[in-house]
This record gives sequence, C-alpha cells and structure tokens, in this order.
Amino acid sequence: MSDPHSAPTAGTPAGTPTGTSVKIAVRGLRKSFGRKVVLDGLDLDIDAGESLVIIGGSGTGKSVLLKCILGLIPADAGSIKIDGVEIVGSSASEREPMMRKFGMLFQGGALFDSLPVWENVAFGLIMGRNVKRSEGRRIALEKLAAVGLGEDVAKLYPGELSGGMQKRVALARAIATTPEIIFFDEPTTGLDPITADVINELIVKCVRDLGATAVSITHDMASTRKIADRVAMIYQGRIIWSGPKASIDNSGNPYVDQFIHGRADGPIKMDVRAR
Amino acid sequence: MNDRNFLASIGGAFLEFLGATGRIVLFAVTAILYGLRPPYYPRLLLRQMVDIGFYSLPVVGLTALFTGMVLALQSYTGFSRFAAESAIPNIVILSVTRELGPVIAGLMVAGRIGAAIAAEIGTMRVTDQIDALTTLSVNPFRYLVAPRLVAGFTMLPLLVLVADIIGVFGGFLVSAYKLDLNGASYIQRSVDFLQTQDVVAGLAKAAVFGFIVALMGCYNGYHSKGGAQGVGAATTYAVVSSSILILVFDYILTEAFFSR
Ligand SMILES: Nc1ncnc2c1ncn2[C@@H]1O[C@H](COP(=O)(O)OP(=O)(O)OP(=O)(O)O)[C@@H](O)[C@H]1O
Ligand SMILES: [Mg+2]
Repeated sequence: MSDPHSAPTAGTPAGTPTGTSVKIAVRGLRKSFGRKVVLDGLDLDIDAGESLVIIGGSGTGKSVLLKCILGLIPADAGSIKIDGVEIVGSSASEREPMMRKFGMLFQGGALFDSLPVWENVAFGLIMGRNVKRSEGRRIALEKLAAVGLGEDVAKLYPGELSGGMQKRVALARAIATTPEIIFFDEPTTGLDPITADVINELIVKCVRDLGATAVSITHDMASTRKIADRVAMIYQGRIIWSGPKASIDNSGNPYVDQFIHGRADGPIKMDVRAR
Repeated sequence: MNDRNFLASIGGAFLEFLGATGRIVLFAVTAILYGLRPPYYPRLLLRQMVDIGFYSLPVVGLTALFTGMVLALQSYTGFSRFAAESAIPNIVILSVTRELGPVIAGLMVAGRIGAAIAAEIGTMRVTDQIDALTTLSVNPFRYLVAPRLVAGFTMLPLLVLVADIIGVFGGFLVSAYKLDLNGASYIQRSVDFLQTQDVVAGLAKAAVFGFIVALMGCYNGYHSKGGAQGVGAATTYAVVSSSILILVFDYILTEAFFSR
C-alpha cells in the first residue's frame, strides 16, 4: 500500500511538491456554535503523503476543524474535498466509504472502556471491516507491540492504564486499519518529555511505514519539529500562515513568532477574565 | 403586553414540545432503518437482552409480589363489607395482567435500565467514544441504539409474563394465609376468570413500554453534552420522560384495547 511518491526524502522537508496531489482541500469553511464563530472561512490544502502540523492557541477550533473534515460535526458553509469528493452536505451513508480512509487519534483517547485493550485496537477491523476475531487479535497484538505495549497489557481495560499507555493504545487503534489519512489530536499533551518523544517517533515511523497523509495538532514545539513536514497556524478561525518546518523560525509572521516562543505579549491577546 | 408574553411563552413551549417529539421519532426511525440492515451485532443484542431481561427479574419480581399482595389486602377490606370476598381473585388477576404488571415492570425497568442506558451512552458521547465508533466505520445507531431498542421491545413482555404470575401468586398468598380464604377455590376462580386477551393486551403494552424506556435512554444519552453534569442530566431526563410516557401510553393503549 505504500505509495512511492510519498517516500520520505529525509532532511529536505521543504522540497515537497514533486508530483504530489492534494488529498484534502478545504475552502471557505465556516462553523459557529450559537453566536460563537469558531471557523471563519478557513482555507487549507493538504498534500498526499505529507505530514502537516496545525498549531494554534487553545480553543481556536483545531479539534473542530478535524471533526468537520471527518464529518462528525456538520459544517455551516464552505467546501471540504477528500480525493476530490465533496463531503460538506453529504449524507452519513455517502460518507461511510470515505471514513474507511481515515484513522483518528482523539484528544482524550476515546477508548471504549467496556472493551479490553486488544479489542479496542482490533475494533475497526472486527466490527468495521469483518475481519475474523482471531485475525483481528493477531493484528492488534502486532500493533500494540509496535507502540511498545506487551501482551499482558492487551487483556487490561482502558480504565486500568496510565494516561501515556492510553495514548499509545489510542495510537495503535488509529493505525490498526492501515488508513490513508491519519489525524492526531494532541498526541503528546500531558505526557512526560520522554514518553512524548517516544510517541513522536512512533508517529513519524507509522506515517513513513504506512505512507499515509498525516495531520497532527499540537501545542508542543518539540513535537512539531519532530513530526512536521509543513506547519500551519490557525488563528481566529483561519489559517494565517503555513510553510515548511524549516521556515517556522524565520516566518516573518509576528503571530507565529509569538506562538513558537510562547510569549504572553504580542499580537495574540488572551482574554483572561476574572471569574 | 403581559398577556402577549404569556401567550408567546405557551406557544413557544408548545413548539418546543412538537420539535422534541419530532426529533425523538426521527431518532427512532433512523435507528430502526440502520438496525434492519446488516451488519448485525448478535453478541451485543444478547448482552442487552440478558441485562434487561435477566438482571431485572429480582426487582420486577419483588415489586410484582408485593403489588399482588397489597391488591388482595385492599380489595378484602373493601369487599368484605359487601360479603364479596369471592371477587378478590378476579380483581387481582384482572388488575395485574391488564394494568399493574406492565406498568410496574415498565417503571422499574425505566429506573434500572433507562438510567443505565442514558449514563453509558452519555458517557460515550462526552468522551468522544461515539465519534470514535464512526471513524472506525461502525455506525453508532446500528451498534449502540438498535440492539437496546430490540432488547427493550422483546424482553419487557417476558418480564411482565413473570411479573403476572408472581403478582397473582402474591394475591393468592395473602388470601389463603392471611385472609383465610379457600386457596383451592382462589386458584380455580383465577383460572376460570383468566382471559387470553387480557394477558396479550398486557404483554403488548409491555412491548411498547420496553421500547419507550430504551428509546428515551438512548436518545437522552446520545444527545448529552458538557461532561459529567450533562450525563447526569441526561440520566434524569431519561428516567422522568420514560416514566411519564409509560403512563401516557398506558392510557392510550387501554383506550385502544378495552373501550368498545
Ligand atoms: N460541541 C460543541 N458545542 C459547542 N461549542 C463547541 C463544541 N465543540 C467545540 N466548541 C467550541 O469551539 C471552540 C473551539 O474548540 P476546539 O475543541 O476546536 O478547540 P481546540 O483548538 O482544539 O483547543 P485545544 O487546543 O484546547 O484542544 C471552543 O471555544 C469550544 O468551546
Ligand atoms: Mg482540541
């Protein structure tokens, strides 16, 4: 399944668009909750086989953007095309075949707490794709081993795992169906720096091995530098800057500068209200 | 001006009520349409059936027993004044099979199962597990809602059948051992008076109540938002709304079955 076009040219993240095609094209995407405007005419292109990292402040709509692309939240207006197929306004049954291209690591893990770890990982295979239970279990153990978890963990329930272990199980579940497109929503948040780095390497390795298109959300600049080919910054419901990883330090964009250096003062104002 | 506000708020509440009814019906129809098409999840259905049917037996059995007992006792205090004690078996069996068996079992299951369904599905909603199902190509209506609706619809009649028997037995216990009526003739009268139609009508009510309980549990859980508090609210709504609906539909169905 690995596409020769997407073979990583190590060290030259800037030189992406040689024969790459656009996998996901977002145009003028709008989404509001009540009076709160979250996405305000957002445009974004994601090339096949690239690893895009989306950065941006808390509550700027990064998770909402991913959920809109997945069709989990209906967009108010705009267009989202996946491999050229429009999904805004399509019905749930029209989106179902599209879903099979995706893997998603949810911000909170979203593991099924009524199922043991291995069934969580094999869920998409056994329930979604009619793989036999024994075969599903075999693949699950393989994927768990790939994220550094042994057979003893496979029998436990998600509630019995630490946060870092849950993240790794969620990662194994997201990649178990060998998706073409994988979304990682804050894969390293809340982890110690070493586990975080292990997860980063897993993501890089998974994306490389599967030849997948990856979109990750993170606040963690170390993680960004490790997993990104390209970085995009979201602010006030739009992508205000995007460019190759190497250019984030001299983006010339004050918003990006403020974000990557984590300064409280700058063009981005946090409205901190006394409660 | 105030009058108009008052009318507007009544109108608003009425529109809101119609909207909610429409959404619930749409939810049920969606679940049924998905549930009819494969893939089916027999394991899940079995687990729900055991949960609703088997594990509710103690609660429903106990309430049915005491309902039958108190019914016999109450009728005795009234009927003995007219020397009509012999009508007690008729009263007990008629009330239990037609009315109290389904309603009491329905209300108990609403508290036990409706709450559990709303809490489980609600927790899955607020922790993104329902979204995770969708991204793993499993339809949540098919996987979560349909098995619960089918289990509610099929298991409550079985529970009520058991409740009927236990309820009548409770009436018998009190009549024979406390009120010193003749046990053999009590049973004889019960059997003579029993009509298939009464039992069937009761079981049909039970099927409807079971569907209502599962539906309100699923609907409120599915639409819960805002963390633990939202799940708590969903659970409360599920129990309160299904209890009210059970009583409303009890009247409607009684009207349909028995008024000629
Ligand atoms: N289901 C929802 N209903 C109402 N408002 C929502 C909903 N989901 C998200 N929001 C709002 O949309 C905004 C963006 O949320 P989102 O989860 O996308 O933020 P984020 O960029 O992922 O932040 P973080 O980095 O903290 O995860 C927030 O203000 C949030 O309150
Ligand atoms: Mg988020």
